[in-house]
Amino acid sequence: MDQLSQTLINAYQKGFPVHPKPFAVIAEEIGVNEAEVLACFRRLKNLGVLSRLGPVFNHKKAGASTLAAVQVPEQDMDLYAEIINGFPCVNHNYAREHDFNLWFVVTAADQEKLQQNIDAISEACERPVLVLPMEMAYHIDLGFKVSWA
Amino acid sequence: MQQALAVSKDTPVMPLSLNDDQKKRLRALIQDGLPLVEAPYQLLAERIGSQEQLVMDCITQWQQDGLIKRYGLVVNHHKLGYVANAMVVWNVDDREVDAVAAKLSSFDAVTLCYRRRRQLPEWPYNLFCMIHGKSRETVLAYIQRMVQEGRLHHIEHKVLFSTKQYKQRGGRYVSKNADSKALEGAA
Repeated sequence: MDQLSQTLINAYQKGFPVHPKPFAVIAEEIGVNEAEVLACFRRLKNLGVLSRLGPVFNHKKAGASTLAAVQVPEQDMDLYAEIINGFPCVNHNYAREHDFNLWFVVTAADQEKLQQNIDAISEACERPVLVLPMEMAYHIDLGFKVSWA
Repeated sequence: MQQALAVSKDTPVMPLSLNDDQKKRLRALIQDGLPLVEAPYQLLAERIGSQEQLVMDCITQWQQDGLIKRYGLVVNHHKLGYVANAMVVWNVDDREVDAVAAKLSSFDAVTLCYRRRRQLPEWPYNLFCMIHGKSRETVLAYIQRMVQEGRLHHIEHKVLFSTKQYKQRGGRYVSKNADSKALEGAA
């Protein structure tokens, strides 16, 4: 990982400039030029290191959401993951080591639509969905300290 | 204020903020990320038929209101070499859960700590935390350290490593429309 990428990743997971030329602001803050900063962001995006640049919404304030899981046969995991990913309301989706082996997050504008989404996923997968709504956030993701060592 | 005074009947009045429809469209556009261009706010403003300054004001307001909890790079841990990702779930007595959550949250490697509703009988766990590490061994060693230093031996827990990432992107609270598709080409 080059030095500029490391700097951008560690310094701008929060507080990205709200300014007409945000990349120029960053360039000035870290002493390089705007074109280099922009090129670096594009490179990180292409590599997949940067999922996206922008807001992480507060689930509770942004609408309704919940963590959910299903139990599917191990050998059909990819198939079920694809069915679930087909729903635009699903953002994260991971295979995990447990009897409940597919874990995903469902979002919606409100509780009623959230329930409809869950019902539709349950129907598409032909199995019950374990629904685990958040009751309290003690610690939220405020960026990730990357150790380059 | 000065602008308002300067308005003549030929000059359209500049609105003071985005209307509800524009806000909704702005959210739909940025939930998948800002366009990677020199003036992203200007491009967003053009897409929703507004002004750059109003787009910036709106995003600033959303941060102040707490609707946006973090604004910047969202990285893929996996691609950075943090290939071990564990969701650790704990079955904590309701009376103790706040205190245990505070302990877990104090550890550097814990990126999230949430209480969730139990779903009995199949799911007794009510406290969840997320840990990222460069290997399975380092994550397991870290959890062991957390249990020891936090004196959590009496609390049943399970470690659910992720074995495959099928999807990771921002939540779509607002449905995606033609605007956000148009932006993909610009980025």
